[in-house]
Amino acid sequence: MTRRTRRRAVLLLGAPVTGALLAGCNAKAPSMLHTKGSEASSIAGLWWLIFALGAGVYLVVAGFIVWALLRGRRGSGEGPVSDDAWIVWGGIGVPMVILAVLAVATVRVTSQLRKPQPNALKLEVVAKDWWWYVKYSASGVTTSNEIHLPAGQPVEIGLDSDNVIHSFWVPQLAGKLDVVPGQHNVLRFTPETVGVYRGECAEFCGVEHARMGFLVIVEPPTQFATWIANHAQAPSAPDSDAAALGEQVFMREPCAGCHTIRGTQAQGLVGPDLTNVGGRRTLAGDTLLNTPSNLANWISDAQRYKPGALMPPIPLSPTDLNNVVAYLEGLK
Amino acid sequence: MAILDRPVLGAPDEKTEERLERRWRDAPGIPGFFTTVDHKRIGRRYIYTSFVFFFLAGLAALVMRDQLASSNNNILAPETYNELFTLHGTTMIFLFNTPVLAGFGNFLIPLQIGARDMAFPRLNAFSYWIFLFAGLFLYSSVLVGHIPDGGWFAYVPLTGKQFSPGINIDFWGLGITFVGISTTVGAVNFIVTIFKMRCPGMTFNRMPIYVWSMLVFSFMVIFAVPAVTIAAMLNELDRLFGTAFYVPTAGGSTLLYQHLFWFWGHPEVYILFVPATGMVSMMVSVFSRRRIAGYVWIVTALVAVGFISFGVWVHHMFATGLPPLALAFFSAASLLITIPSGVQFFAWIATIWKGKVQLTVPMLFTVGFLLIFLLGGITGVMVSMLPFDWAVTDTYFIVAHLHYVLNGAVVFPIFGALYFWAPKITGKTLDERLGKISFWVMFVAFNLTFFPMHVLGMMGMPRRVWTYSNGLGWDSMNLLISVSAVFFGIGTGITLLNWVISMRRSKPAPADPWKADTLEWATSSPPPDWNFAETPVVHSRHPLWEGGVAPVLVHAGPESDDAVRSMGVEGGLEKTSPITSGRDTRASEVLEVPQETAVPLAVAFGVAVFFVGLLINASVVGVLGVAFFVVALLRWVWRTDVDRT
Repeated sequence: MTRRTRRRAVLLLGAPVTGALLAGCNAKAPSMLHTKGSEASSIAGLWWLIFALGAGVYLVVAGFIVWALLRGRRGSGEGPVSDDAWIVWGGIGVPMVILAVLAVATVRVTSQLRKPQPNALKLEVVAKDWWWYVKYSASGVTTSNEIHLPAGQPVEIGLDSDNVIHSFWVPQLAGKLDVVPGQHNVLRFTPETVGVYRGECAEFCGVEHARMGFLVIVEPPTQFATWIANHAQAPSAPDSDAAALGEQVFMREPCAGCHTIRGTQAQGLVGPDLTNVGGRRTLAGDTLLNTPSNLANWISDAQRYKPGALMPPIPLSPTDLNNVVAYLEGLK
Repeated sequence: MAILDRPVLGAPDEKTEERLERRWRDAPGIPGFFTTVDHKRIGRRYIYTSFVFFFLAGLAALVMRDQLASSNNNILAPETYNELFTLHGTTMIFLFNTPVLAGFGNFLIPLQIGARDMAFPRLNAFSYWIFLFAGLFLYSSVLVGHIPDGGWFAYVPLTGKQFSPGINIDFWGLGITFVGISTTVGAVNFIVTIFKMRCPGMTFNRMPIYVWSMLVFSFMVIFAVPAVTIAAMLNELDRLFGTAFYVPTAGGSTLLYQHLFWFWGHPEVYILFVPATGMVSMMVSVFSRRRIAGYVWIVTALVAVGFISFGVWVHHMFATGLPPLALAFFSAASLLITIPSGVQFFAWIATIWKGKVQLTVPMLFTVGFLLIFLLGGITGVMVSMLPFDWAVTDTYFIVAHLHYVLNGAVVFPIFGALYFWAPKITGKTLDERLGKISFWVMFVAFNLTFFPMHVLGMMGMPRRVWTYSNGLGWDSMNLLISVSAVFFGIGTGITLLNWVISMRRSKPAPADPWKADTLEWATSSPPPDWNFAETPVVHSRHPLWEGGVAPVLVHAGPESDDAVRSMGVEGGLEKTSPITSGRDTRASEVLEVPQETAVPLAVAFGVAVFFVGLLINASVVGVLGVAFFVVALLRWVWRTDVDRT
């Protein structure tokens, strides 16, 4: 290989690598390095340590490989370093030191994480196919696919599943914890910064594993307190004729068999709790923005947006559909 | 060190050769195809069959990348996507990587240890037929449209009856058990062959490193495969007969499955990796024109990997909520396994450093392997750190890591091995120019495909998603990956093309085109049916580089006359091979290499019918299969009895 083609090869490899790293700074992505929670921050700290060490090791060892090749091409033969010295220092001595550093770092970071806190806010999250049921233990407030949390207060999220294994993951707040049927797992961390963060199911759980997203909304404590207080009671009666008619349609049609709206006869648990659906940002496991037209489309043909979801197409007359949408969007 | 001119082993005169030919050759045409017990034909078959599966699984990957090239894509339905990634992973692990390594082992081990065949030639044929039937069994799911869709790891309860009522998962569970028979039987054969069939003089510390790696491979298989068989069979019992091993509401445990699966699953990574490094050690040494640095270190490292790899399985389960103290132990063990790999790595560097390097195509693949495996090893250390694993497990970071290890660090050496041993396997040398093009396309495209996946994973993209929303910042990188993946496929296709062209055009390869050191190069390319007319006697680790291959009579010792006789041409004419004592390789007994026979095929067929019976839940078919199996097996045992008397 000539020097020019070699340089070209380096460029070919270097460009996408740099590009990829830059893209990693893409602010839209739910990146584990844009940390907004205590556990994610600790993990990111660990990452920068292992990134620095890893990059250093790669460069040094790859340098040895290239150097050895260039030397070997010339056939320079014996050198001052014996075979055993290469192996003992390169393969055992230096790695042992690096691994010792990493082991200490691992133990130190691990010991700080997921520890019980006395003033923690307790939640129960149940993973369903393919959505998340959320219940605040103290207030009894229930919701789905959106979790409101107060900034700065430790949280303790109990995770359960009555179906298959899922995994609860909000990259910017904490690492993963699997949701295992027959086993109660508890995730503990402190959300630190106000904002809206994407969460997702990380363990393959069947047809719509991809569309099992959720949002975590971290709010200032006072705002969170207001939110909880507002949702502690059942929603008030519909405030328009359309919404009132929509409620009747909802209770008459199959909707109520699968969904819960607190304070009404709708108590189903197959699909998400809709008690405050009007106030949510997204629908169908963070698949669609919550707009009246998206909601209408979703009700009439959910399979188009989330094929395999348990929600069947609901054939409603245009008037009924509009009324149901008005009713649901009014639930805030 | 003198590199001798070939051929080292004098060819027998024409008349003797004709008699050998008559004694050893298979029946021509189709009957011979079904009845052969020749380890070379079986080895070739293993390699060709597993490469068919390699390209099928590669195509599945490209279809998946097509779907993921942009957000909210609808080329594939989610069910189809799930089937494809299950098929891709299952095929690559069970039907490509493991059997292709078994194929190379089959072809090379008897040659490298100077034997005329494996210890159990009929068992060898049996293990190939089982592999083929198991592959066809799994792929018949494609024909009937019920492809397994629970992932290559098939976690319960998703794969239990309640959540996967279809026949899809049964294809997987039974297919895995089925192919496991082949792997296990093959491993037993390798162990006995390596222990008892080495030619005189080839003591343990003179065995080629590749043979050592296959020995470690075989022991690991024997201890690991039962775990995955149990994992899959307990689920099949749950599914077919309503037991409740994995049903939590009935007192079962879902995590039990994961423990069993990964007790095989992690050693399996090293089961694939260890022989690949064995190949690398051979190629690095030959193309640096010097003995491998640190032979004893490397062998110790291989054995150490074999042990440590059984103590790290829980690192696949870091996020399942097990107690942190237990996890810390597995975290430390996972860090520790870096050391044997580091030892091997620096032994290779030292070899190259002091060598006289020839950048042939096999050596290019070896260097590519070094650069890729280095990164895969470093990310491996990263994910063994508990909290970091909590962040990246089940994301594209792991997809990147595992492909750096299993594609980069196993498939690259296998491609190198194809170019290296093609002259011996086929008698034709592969084209160097096409080989270089193939390597560079594969190497560049590999890194462009899999490196960005690290970043995607850290940006929050989970694994095994059939699609993703736009606005998450994942689009452009996924497109880059999909385009590069096509180029990687083209790169592998160039080698396939090279194979086809070279087999038609190349002139016959010499016995030892690379001036290499081990015994397979001492016989012609391709070797005759009897491998060696006279059993070689070796006096060093590199018999063709130093010490030479002495004639039979020089070898003195209190061994039996029959055994000595079987070492000579007379032994070849009688279709025997000497059995040697394990430690000091004295010829002590005689192995009669069996005649061609269809019995292994018949036994394998009985097993296949039994599995089909289980699959379609027809007890009549199952019983018929068992009956066929028992009758054929009796015939097999009966023959052995006759041979012995």
